[in-house]
Amino acid sequence: MVSAILPLVLEDVELRRQGKRILGPVSLTLEGEGITVVMGPNGAGKTSLLRAMHGLERINRGRAVWQGGAEEVRARQAFVFQTPVLMRRSVLDCIAYPLILDGVERKMARARAETAASQVGLDVTLTAPASVLSGGERQKMALARALIRAPEVLLLDEPCANLDLHSTAEIERVLIAARDRGTRIVMSTHNVGQARRLADDILFLFDGRLIETGSGDAFFAGPETPEAMAHINGDLLP
Amino acid sequence: MNDIVEGLWQAARLVITLDPGLAEITLRSLQVTLTATVIASVLGLPMGAWIAVNRFRLRRFAIAILNALMGLPPVVVGLIVYVLLSRSGPFGVFGLLFTPTAMIIAQVIIITPIIASISHQAIRELWADYHDLLISLHATRAQRIKTLLWDGRRALMTAALAGFGRAIGEVGAIMIVGGNIDHATRVLTTAIALETGKGDFGLALALGFVLIALAIAVNLALHMLSGTERGSRW
Amino acid sequence: MMFKTAFAALSALWLATAAGAEELKMAVTTSFANSGLAEVLLPEIQKDTGIEVQLLVVGTGQALKLGEAGDVDAVLVHAKAAEEAFVEAGHATHRREIMYNDFIVVGPAGDPAGAKAAGSASEAFALIEEAQAPFVSRGDDSGTHKAELKIWASAGIEPAGDWYKAVGQGMGAALNTAAGMDAYIFADRASWLNFDNKAGLDLLFEGDPALFNQYAYLPVNPEKHAHVKADAAKALEDWLVSDKAKGLIEGYQIGGQQLFHFNAEAM
Ligand SMILES: Nc1ncnc2c1ncn2[C@@H]1O[C@H](COP(=O)(O)OP(=O)(O)OP(=O)(O)O)[C@@H](O)[C@H]1O
Ligand SMILES: [Mg+2]
Repeated sequence: MVSAILPLVLEDVELRRQGKRILGPVSLTLEGEGITVVMGPNGAGKTSLLRAMHGLERINRGRAVWQGGAEEVRARQAFVFQTPVLMRRSVLDCIAYPLILDGVERKMARARAETAASQVGLDVTLTAPASVLSGGERQKMALARALIRAPEVLLLDEPCANLDLHSTAEIERVLIAARDRGTRIVMSTHNVGQARRLADDILFLFDGRLIETGSGDAFFAGPETPEAMAHINGDLLP
Repeated sequence: MNDIVEGLWQAARLVITLDPGLAEITLRSLQVTLTATVIASVLGLPMGAWIAVNRFRLRRFAIAILNALMGLPPVVVGLIVYVLLSRSGPFGVFGLLFTPTAMIIAQVIIITPIIASISHQAIRELWADYHDLLISLHATRAQRIKTLLWDGRRALMTAALAGFGRAIGEVGAIMIVGGNIDHATRVLTTAIALETGKGDFGLALALGFVLIALAIAVNLALHMLSGTERGSRW
Repeated sequence: MMFKTAFAALSALWLATAAGAEELKMAVTTSFANSGLAEVLLPEIQKDTGIEVQLLVVGTGQALKLGEAGDVDAVLVHAKAAEEAFVEAGHATHRREIMYNDFIVVGPAGDPAGAKAAGSASEAFALIEEAQAPFVSRGDDSGTHKAELKIWASAGIEPAGDWYKAVGQGMGAALNTAAGMDAYIFADRASWLNFDNKAGLDLLFEGDPALFNQYAYLPVNPEKHAHVKADAAKALEDWLVSDKAKGLIEGYQIGGQQLFHFNAEAM
């Protein structure tokens, strides 16, 4: 099943902030199925690219075009932020919140939130305030919240940044399961091993530019650019 | 120093014997100020949230006005309300001058800017936290405001309590518009002013202590109510 | 929900103020209110006439303004010239003298100016000015303030200087100030007797007929303000000049001293 809001087409997208070009121009087409991993060093523009796709950033030049009406496009995608947004509510209500917005009855929403929490391996007292969660637990909570609407396109910004090996494996299982259900996933990561395990496609950003793209296998077998080569080998870039 | 001890004594005596005069003006103080606080909250809380969430041309101007109104001397508010409600003023036909309603009106004018300004501050911070999430989840404008008001309820209660505190201790405006009429518009603060004027510092101080106790009691009661309502802590 | 509560509370207050006995608002001066006579008279008035008199305690100037604006139904003050002008301007239907009390000169018990030995009120004032002894004046355009100024004028003195402090406040606050500064002050006897914070002050001069203080009742003119309760104001006036009122007024004492002298004449 291919999502109805795809393909997403970026045409010469450029973001400028405070007189500085922070991203672009980037052109790409996102379609089909699978997991696309966005890679690149700190400050390369990964977050900016994902946010621009999601429509959270004002695009200064070029455009990002989804298929379908604006309402539909918004409703069928979800985003997991690099820093999870905590609501001043219980963990359960945080996860259930998107359903509440959709008008789902509270009891039902909470029941589904409980299922979502166990799916991502969030094993905490769900009635506790979200603020008590540890860094890793917060990311799991954010993932559960993103998954609860069963989005067709899921954008994740470093979803495993604070997780230990066990939790990382758990999250990867959840993401693979989601992909296998047909969810189109775009995620950024600094974890080269994780990229290797998950990437069907790679987008490699450097200094705001998309300098290399391709299938995950090809990319890791032999990157074309020295920057990508250095990045996956863990070399310090010049 | 002696006056203070004497005042504390007298306060204790008045409270323990449930002095009917004290009960009457204390209840009226509560009635007037709680009513004013509820009305000012109904006006001020959404106003603060609205200014925090919406970008409009005169936003900075509105915030500046709000902050300026916060410092409005109550006596001036009292005078303006007086002139408006006087029989020879534009709203004279309602005959509201020297009634508790006039006192409520004056207090609403005094504390609405305070409540709006504090809630604006609180909601703005919350909005900065929630902004990306609410946009990402495609929440409607009404849903955003509702979420912010609900999740910010602690801070909003603080805003309302700040308004209450200001109003319960206010004397300048309500003295002017209420007239401090015995059995009609006399409240704790105007009674204190009256007793001070008579040189009865002991009774004036006693009433002052009752006023302080009342303010503390209302604060505690509200915090307890909202604390038991949900066992969470924000 | 909140709206409903607010509305309910507000309407409850409305009802609370609207229901009950017939109310009559009367502006009176601080000196009258501080005398404590009102506490004796008002319950009796309510018992006999069913009228609940609500007192607005203000200075004479403001009391007359309240009457002029129609914010009260009647005025009870003590400033003859101003009252006559008030009637002249048509704000009140007439002026009815009810009773009088008297003013006194209060000052530090040591009496540095020697006001105690004065033969008249104006002489006492002259002695105070001569000694440049601190003197607290109401300075609020009240009846008491006007009476004070009249005595300065009769002494041929334009009071000014460091020693003369116009506080612009009510009798009680002015007495507090005088007590705090050990200053001379011109006060009405009732306020003085009821004042608890006498500190080092003492009554130094009294008894000059120039110090008599006539109270008069002025019902606000219903032709100017249709909403005023003219009938209740008339009933109150009739009660105030009655024999019963006379008994209560003459019999009212503080510390064994009679304060007011009834002098209403039958019309
Ligand atoms: N609003 C802004 N104003 C100015 N500069 C910005 C703004 N937003 C982002 N930048 C800059 O743009 C560049 C790209 O930022 P971005 O967050 O996309 O990087 P990233 O690839 O996600 O980095 P990291 O791996 O550290 O998360 C950075 O240099 C950042 O400082
Ligand atoms: Mg980033």
